[in-house]
Amino acid sequence: MADAALPARAIAPVASKRRRWMRRYGLPTLGALVIVIWIVVAIAAPILSPYLPVTVDVTARLRPPSWRHWLGTDVLGRDVFTRLVYGTRISLTTGVIVVLVGALIGTLVGGIAAYLRGRLEELIMRITDLVLCFPPIILAMAIAAALGIGTTNTIIAMLVVWWPKFARLARSLVLVQRSQEYVEAAVVMGLSPARILLRHIIPNSIGPLIVLVTLDIGNAIITFAGLSFLGLGVIPPTPEWGSMVSEGRELIEQWWVAAFPGLAILTVVLGFNFLGDGIRDWLDPRSRRR
Amino acid sequence: MDAAPPNRSPRTAPAAGSLVLDVRDLQTQFFTDAGIVRAVDGVSFSVSAGETLGIVGESGSGKSVTALSLMRLLDEPSRIVGGEIRFQGRDVLAMDAEELRKLRGEGIAMVFQDPMTSLNPVLRIARQLAETMQAHGRFTREQATSRAISLLGRMGITAPERAINSYPHQFSGGMRQRVMLAMGFSNEPALLIADEPTTALDVTIQAQILGLIAELNRDFGAAIILISHALGVIANVCQRVIVMYAGEVVEEGPTEQVLADPRHPYTWALINAVPRIDRHVPDTRRLVTIEGTPPDPLAMPSGCRFAPRCPFRIAQCDQHPALIEVAPGRKARCWVTQAGEPLPPPATARLAAGPPRAAQPSPAQDVTPPLLSVRGLVKHFALPREGFFGKGRYVHAVDGVDLDVMPGETVGLVGESGCGKSTFARLVARIHEPSAGSIRFAGHEIADASASAIRPLRRRMQMVFQDPYASLNPRMTVADILSEPIRFHGLTKTAGETRERVEELLTAVGLNPKMAIRYPHEFSGGQRQRISIARALALKPDFIIADEPISSLDVNIQAQIINLLIDLQEKFQLTYLFIAHDLAVVRHICDRIVVFYLGKVMEIAPAADLFTASLHPYTRYLISAVPIPDADAERRRTRLPLAGEPPSAVDPPSGCRFRTRCPIAQPICAEVTPPLATHRDGHLAACHFPGQF
Repeated sequence: MADAALPARAIAPVASKRRRWMRRYGLPTLGALVIVIWIVVAIAAPILSPYLPVTVDVTARLRPPSWRHWLGTDVLGRDVFTRLVYGTRISLTTGVIVVLVGALIGTLVGGIAAYLRGRLEELIMRITDLVLCFPPIILAMAIAAALGIGTTNTIIAMLVVWWPKFARLARSLVLVQRSQEYVEAAVVMGLSPARILLRHIIPNSIGPLIVLVTLDIGNAIITFAGLSFLGLGVIPPTPEWGSMVSEGRELIEQWWVAAFPGLAILTVVLGFNFLGDGIRDWLDPRSRRR
Repeated sequence: MDAAPPNRSPRTAPAAGSLVLDVRDLQTQFFTDAGIVRAVDGVSFSVSAGETLGIVGESGSGKSVTALSLMRLLDEPSRIVGGEIRFQGRDVLAMDAEELRKLRGEGIAMVFQDPMTSLNPVLRIARQLAETMQAHGRFTREQATSRAISLLGRMGITAPERAINSYPHQFSGGMRQRVMLAMGFSNEPALLIADEPTTALDVTIQAQILGLIAELNRDFGAAIILISHALGVIANVCQRVIVMYAGEVVEEGPTEQVLADPRHPYTWALINAVPRIDRHVPDTRRLVTIEGTPPDPLAMPSGCRFAPRCPFRIAQCDQHPALIEVAPGRKARCWVTQAGEPLPPPATARLAAGPPRAAQPSPAQDVTPPLLSVRGLVKHFALPREGFFGKGRYVHAVDGVDLDVMPGETVGLVGESGCGKSTFARLVARIHEPSAGSIRFAGHEIADASASAIRPLRRRMQMVFQDPYASLNPRMTVADILSEPIRFHGLTKTAGETRERVEELLTAVGLNPKMAIRYPHEFSGGQRQRISIARALALKPDFIIADEPISSLDVNIQAQIINLLIDLQEKFQLTYLFIAHDLAVVRHICDRIVVFYLGKVMEIAPAADLFTASLHPYTRYLISAVPIPDADAERRRTRLPLAGEPPSAVDPPSGCRFRTRCPIAQPICAEVTPPLATHRDGHLAACHFPGQF
């Protein structure tokens, strides 16, 4: 029906290879590129900046961006660029750790629930529902506050609210695979349930989980930054994007203190989202656009 | 027949015999990243008013793409790159969007294969039917609704006034296909294209729908193009048939003549690959097959496209033959038959059938214990309760089945979908746990044994599944798929031994052992089914349950798989429980046949007896519904139209389950459940009036 408006005979050239490639892979490639750049920045932080993120220089407070301080300085005269570059390390690692560990726990719990069915499934899924009932950031805040400030405690708090969505997704994916004939074939072979789950069902359910993982890393970075913004994440001198935004939130004149860490969060999150969308399209041929 | 719209003069119907559709040298190509696929490559045909034309071919032959091209329904990257389509004299390829919209629906209507997805699930039937009629501005809302009701009634839907306010999910597949036909005829099109309209339906429903299509053609005078992979279906309805292979028409002619005397080797192979329900050749169970697969559409051979697989190949086949007249009104694209002589029957062809089958174990086998003995097997699936205080409801999937299977025997299980035959297979294989009853396999009671207690017996009982695309783990290589059970059960000790065994298995099912490193998606449907069979053989079982192992394959591949199963049975002394809905196939390979209906056994009989002297009325109906690929035989048969559809298995009828559709039902049938009683030697039936129909 695409050619309905054109006379069928007029054979317009099929979109050129390059344009088709751009349409299909353009944004995901951009996302991947952004993420790679940020990873390089995180690793090369000491090379990129002549300062240390915690060096205080009260004589140079709130300087605007200049050749000496590319992105200016904050209230304590610390170089914003340096703090931003070092902050990458914390933001990226916490985001990745929370999502990967959360996904692992969630997948196993959800997978076991779906495979064994019965009472255990009911129990597990009701617990999942219970956690999902709470707004995630508020529940994480409560847990983080109870555990005390600190990066590890914040990660633990986030994990508690993070696994249920993976459990839900994994359960539905395993339920779909469970009734497939190749699983029945494995049952007829007499293979053990653990083997069927780990070797047959989970590898075939992994696609959508990978997509959720990629899309979710950006989400986790935002949540961690949000918790830090609220003063629950890192312990103060540690450079972290969320706490940097927080420090700059009342400095309207000195816009650079909050704006650059905010932009950093934006680019990383967009990068992971583009990449995640790309992976989803790639794994699911039905959503492939021509 | 008040379906004709009131207060309107009849459409300017073209006189009978005038051309409705004329297709000349149609070329449709897919512009893929890998290159250009010539899906339809120079196809020409025409359809006259009131004519029925069949298009046959295996999957990928271009028949559906041809149909879509006719209505210009193709999406990028497929395009019509050449040729001419004239509908009632107008050039379809030159039409603009508005003209096309009028053409679709008003001029040409289409019915698709899958009745489950071709209706919008959130709209009532009335709305969908009326929408089509109103869209072309020919009917007001009231007219459209009353016409929709009369059309549904015409399509054989009972109580159409009520049905019209239902949603599609409340209808069965057969009913939905009737709605699709009603929709197709609602604007009185001059041409109806039906793309595999009955493939997803049971034989009894298929017979109803085909009967309906033939009637509609007669009553409304619309020309019909029926696309199917089954020759039987075409023989039933179509006057003329074209056979497609690799994007080309290879044969064209009147259906009767083409079926009786094919002039292209591909047609010849298609016809001979199908077992016939109306005849049985006792000395061979093997079917005629052609080797190989259709050519790669990205690299078509320059000569005759069928030549690499052709048993009649001659030197001239290096050049591409033209579609030329071989007899009055008949065309074929073949060098061999150009002079006008027919192809020899399969017996004298180079494809000699295998040796006669070893004599079956005589009835004296009664002294040997059965390999499988099922008594009173029951499986009820619980449904969600209707509300918190609702009564528990159950699907009576299998409801008290007794069956013995002797060693070396092939027992066939037939019945409509939903009759419980697949559930029965899964109970025997203990994929499902029975609700009640006993299953004795090789002397062990397995009905309520634990998974670990059954594990040693798993080696002796294996299963082949229906869907070759779903039954192999897509993330494992063939070698992994085959070696997993071998290693898990400790059948081999070293990696080398395992590899040897995998190679042995692949060779046994006719695959190249080098293919072991590949993944399932690299294989065709038929090859995958071979891998599935190899996996079943991996543990050296003596009993194999085959759940519709061929129903999703093309006819020629079906024949190959049937031959393979027969070979393996002779080689490894296997016992088969063979589930199928294709009665011709079951007759061909089974010793005994069990007829299921709504979770109960209706009849058990030796294969030949069942077809010549069936005792249960349901069996008679089933046999009568199977189309025969022989127009002559089709005409001579008296069809028994089985009305309606099976009742719900949630609340099955009292007494005899078939009584609601049975023409000879008496009051006793509702009160007393007829027992499965022996009426002749080895012939059992559950009927109060056996053989009286």
